[in-house]
Amino acid sequence: MKRLIDTLIEQLIKMSGAVTEITVLLIIVFLFKEGAGLFNASEVEKGYTVLVHSENTVERLSPKELKEVFDGNIENWEKLGGKDEAIRIFRFDEIFSIYTEDELGKDYVLLPEKLEEVISADPTIIAYIPQKYLPTNLQGIKELAKMNISLTDFYIGKEWIPTATPAPLFGILPLLLGTLLVSFIAILIAIPLGVGVAIYLAEIANERVRKLLKPAIELLAGIPSVVYGFFGLVVIAPIIQKIGGLDLGETAFAGSLVLAIMALPTIISIAEDAMRTIPKAMRDASLALGATKWQTIYKVIIPFASSGIAAAVVLGIGRAIGETMAVLMVTGNAAVIPNSIFESVRTIPATIAAELGEAPGGGAHYQALFMLGCVLFIITLIISIVAEVISSRKIIKE
Amino acid sequence: MMQTKKIQEQIAFTVFRLLGFLVLGVLLWILGFIVYNGISVISWEFIFSAPTDGMTGGGIFPAIVGTFYLIIGSTLFAFPLGIMSAIYTVEYTKNNWLTKCIRIMTNNLASIPSIVFGLFGMTLFVNTLGFGDSIIAGSLTLGLLILPVVIRTTEEALKAVPKTYRLGSTALGANKIQTIKRVVLPTAFPNIITGLILSIGRVSGETAPILFTVAAYFLPKLPHSIFDQVMALPYHLYVLATSGTDIEAARPIAYGTALVLIFIVLLMNSLAVIIKKRFEKNK
Amino acid sequence: MIETKNVNFYYGSFHAIKNVNMKMKSNSAIALIGPSGCGKSTFLRLFNRMNDEIPGAKLEGECWINGKDIYTKHTQVDMLRKNVGMVFQKPNPFPKSIFENVAYGLKVNGIKDRAFITKKVEESLTAAALWDEVKYKLNKSAFELSGGQQQRLCIARALAVSPSILLMDEPASALDPISTAKIEELIHVLKQQYTIVIVTHNMQQAARVSDKTAFFMYGELVEYSDTKKMFLAPEKEETQNYITGRFG
Repeated sequence: MKRLIDTLIEQLIKMSGAVTEITVLLIIVFLFKEGAGLFNASEVEKGYTVLVHSENTVERLSPKELKEVFDGNIENWEKLGGKDEAIRIFRFDEIFSIYTEDELGKDYVLLPEKLEEVISADPTIIAYIPQKYLPTNLQGIKELAKMNISLTDFYIGKEWIPTATPAPLFGILPLLLGTLLVSFIAILIAIPLGVGVAIYLAEIANERVRKLLKPAIELLAGIPSVVYGFFGLVVIAPIIQKIGGLDLGETAFAGSLVLAIMALPTIISIAEDAMRTIPKAMRDASLALGATKWQTIYKVIIPFASSGIAAAVVLGIGRAIGETMAVLMVTGNAAVIPNSIFESVRTIPATIAAELGEAPGGGAHYQALFMLGCVLFIITLIISIVAEVISSRKIIKE
Repeated sequence: MMQTKKIQEQIAFTVFRLLGFLVLGVLLWILGFIVYNGISVISWEFIFSAPTDGMTGGGIFPAIVGTFYLIIGSTLFAFPLGIMSAIYTVEYTKNNWLTKCIRIMTNNLASIPSIVFGLFGMTLFVNTLGFGDSIIAGSLTLGLLILPVVIRTTEEALKAVPKTYRLGSTALGANKIQTIKRVVLPTAFPNIITGLILSIGRVSGETAPILFTVAAYFLPKLPHSIFDQVMALPYHLYVLATSGTDIEAARPIAYGTALVLIFIVLLMNSLAVIIKKRFEKNK
Repeated sequence: MIETKNVNFYYGSFHAIKNVNMKMKSNSAIALIGPSGCGKSTFLRLFNRMNDEIPGAKLEGECWINGKDIYTKHTQVDMLRKNVGMVFQKPNPFPKSIFENVAYGLKVNGIKDRAFITKKVEESLTAAALWDEVKYKLNKSAFELSGGQQQRLCIARALAVSPSILLMDEPASALDPISTAKIEELIHVLKQQYTIVIVTHNMQQAARVSDKTAFFMYGELVEYSDTKKMFLAPEKEETQNYITGRFG
């Protein structure tokens, strides 16, 4: 019996060895399965279609063009490659002001016919209607070509407006740039601070100070990100607003400051570890040649620990790019390409967190958010591999 | 000449010292700010009653209970699995491509942003497995999040056990699993526990993974089963800070919630330190 | 000329060196021998104040080098270390090129004249009997050298800053016999120009390279005399026991 239990445990242990691989694999499969659906989704919102008059020479419109048309920014077909005629926008609701309920028949059975009447009568019209009321007889009517959302729309699209009708815009660029901007500034702040403190801890501080600082830094790492976000929201953002004389303190810079504080513990502890692995003999050799402690630090210790320090920085970047809650709370969340660090931005993780709750399951928006998750996953994967490569490229010791 | 290099050293060291104290200052600033503003809110009533008046009054009891359930759930899942996985890599495999692969995967898992875990938890546990927004879905998601932490700390604890212990046990005729159970695990135990406690601190503070897997904006009653939704402290703080009905009126409650959260993390950290100290003394 | 007067040294509460008085003549080689933990390495490190780096260390008594007390408030430790070179137990070159290793001491001491540095590097490598082996690969990493070559590189590195004294802490203990022989040969040559204090575990080595030998035990200087006399007719019984291998 006892033997049996032992064997059982042993088998369990052997199986659990694969748990991380399985998890990573599952994450990849599920994330990409949901995300890839985006590129099978129609540009025009699901269940809807866009109609024009059959004589119209325009065959298809990009999501961007559709948005501009329905926002009233493009008013002439000429700009879309058609004739020089003003565009008439026809929204589905208008049908109810043209015809009475009776005319549309019971359960709106006559509605498609009436739509056909209206649309075929006006060569300049563009209509946005539910797919189910599409007239069966497409006389004088043309359905604009339906395209799937393309990779280029997603990866180089400059606008992220997932709720736009009739065609939502899923351009990742503003989010990606927002993420990179916030993280980049954060890391610029965190590197000198983090490496400096690591040097202080590893080489300069005496035992008493180290005993005080080390737990403090561990604690800094333990504080939940939502608390940092809260602190950023009620303390840092107002300060930035006041000093910068801005309308709003929730800016990219506020996000960077909070992220810098959050990335510090990662950078400090890894860089310090790297410096501590340097053989004492190296230090002694330098000191014995008449070098000062500081000369020893920057001529011997820092070059020696450089790969470890680089890995620390890369991992710090990874931490900053993936951080969600704190950034969500302090950057103001405007999904536009930022012009300065004192503007609102929205990062990829913050977008997912803010919008997933409102995106209908299985819809294009939902899938787009998963695609963002995939992008984030790939970025952090690359970062962690880079860190691995850097830190394994150690200089031969002794 | 000698003077210049001495002066350089003085300047450099002063700068580094200042940096060190700057970081300490930032920590004290954050802690001080939360404690100063939150302490007046804390009371028995705050801890043990539900939110009232659109979350501008009352307490945070449901959120505390929710976080507690999530801690239990995720640790029940991640601890055994993580510990066993670590035993496998340290005790059973040799240093070959397999361990290397596992190590790289564990590192990657640790570097995946928590929001991605949230997405994953949502598709797998909430939708595919049909758990819905529930304690179990949230716990499993959080469990996966801390899995790499558990694995890594356990691995380090196991590696710190001297080889001679294992040899000694094997020499007495114990087989591998007996050696692990009787000798290796008890010796590594305090270090493992320290890692586990720190991961509890992590679970209690994570927000992004529970956004779409379990967290509820407001629930008047406590959960009855593992398939119920719960409120959770970090999410509650997020809601209070950004999207309550009356954000200004909810501020004091938000400070109180932040304080409770920080207190839990502090408690876990110091517990870990105490256990480690005690162990080191006994040795 | 090195002289210690009533030197006592403590690590915290551990009394590592007990009341040692000793004089060492310039341009000679002095070997410090004794069982492990007898304080000989600690004693050696007094002369370039490397013990300063150890927290809780404390010195009593005086230590004079070339007529100067080296433990006064005004002593510039870096200048002292420039004058008192040191070679360590294991070869410890920096992860830099061969050239940069030797030039390091000059650079940290503020010398910028490129031509001077190049000349000094060649001289030092020649003095350390390494020049011919490395002259075509000065820009290669120091780690590409063999252990024995690395140790001679470390000696060259110490010589580059023109010290008058060279401290050697078991410089050959990590090397193979052939490399050891080369190092010993080198010491023979170097002692005509430098004062060499060498700590060694190896009795034969002490006998081969040194002019005078000091025997330490439990932090005390037991016996100090000419090497020949020490090994042929030691005065103290402990010394006799140690060098004949009955103890330690």
